[in-house]
Amino acid sequence: MASTACFMIVSRNDIPIYEAEVGTALKKEDAAHQHQFILHAALDIVQDLAWTTSAMFLKAIDRFNDLVVSVYVTAGHTRLMLLHDSRNDDGIKSFFQEVHELYIKILLNPLYLPGSRITSSHFDTKVRALARKYL
Amino acid sequence: MIGAGKIKQYTNVLDKPLSKGKQEVSLSAFAFLFSELVQYNQTQVDNIAELERRLEDAGYAVGARVLELLCHRDKGNRRETRLLGILSFVHSTVWKVLFGKVADSLEKGTEHEDEYMISEKELLVNRFISIPKDMGTFNCGAFVAGIVRGVLDGAGFPAVVTAHFVPVEGQQRPRTTILIKFAEEVLQREARLG
Repeated sequence: MASTACFMIVSRNDIPIYEAEVGTALKKEDAAHQHQFILHAALDIVQDLAWTTSAMFLKAIDRFNDLVVSVYVTAGHTRLMLLHDSRNDDGIKSFFQEVHELYIKILLNPLYLPGSRITSSHFDTKVRALARKYL
Repeated sequence: MIGAGKIKQYTNVLDKPLSKGKQEVSLSAFAFLFSELVQYNQTQVDNIAELERRLEDAGYAVGARVLELLCHRDKGNRRETRLLGILSFVHSTVWKVLFGKVADSLEKGTEHEDEYMISEKELLVNRFISIPKDMGTFNCGAFVAGIVRGVLDGAGFPAVVTAHFVPVEGQQRPRTTILIKFAEEVLQREARLG
């Protein structure tokens, strides 16, 4: 079953520090731009919603056609955003929690400047493996 | 044969599990490292204010990481959205993990609505430091002030944080107070959230 999914990590200052297309559907050229646009448009909603609850997983916060945006906000207000078309809430929550742990390990590196792009290829490999496992 | 033990070798730090945080570092090792940090910065700057700012920046980097790590490890992935919540998080959890005990006291400032103070009889980082008279009001607790600022800033509560010596009668060494002055937007948001 083909599924589209675009995953992005956006820092506190609204700058994307990591993005990956993790769906199993065929990739179309313009679809990637559209996915990024939809995720950016959802940032405003996340900002307001983040202050109303102390939970980290904010479920589905926005829709576009049949695509849904789900967001997970960390303690440092780094947003893990996923654009997808499935309804697998538990799988998505586990995916976010695992990526959160990976993100903390990257952050603990004293030479990593918080808010800068994540360039580690190992991180990329692991995120894609997690996406295949949970999504 | 070297390496014949049972320790599992991880190829990449991302594969290693996050530690449980029960590890302790010896105070003397830390004091030695901290004194070198201060001395190195002293050679790089011309005045006291610059030295204080550098120590604060060093602490800021620590604070940003401590916030994420502790919220994940000790608070079961719950964020702090209220002012009092984040202040008590700093006062107890952060202090306990960094210094082994909760801070001595947390007070609200009497003159201004946006000021809060965390006091400590003697900051751990200052225990083996004595300030020469010609350095005036310089306080190496600026490092700890930077840590607090990193935590607050990361959680979305921008503030100006400074460390001061407060003389106490009956005690030879003065008490240290970390003064936290929140930005205007924090108070407005607090009022809005009710």
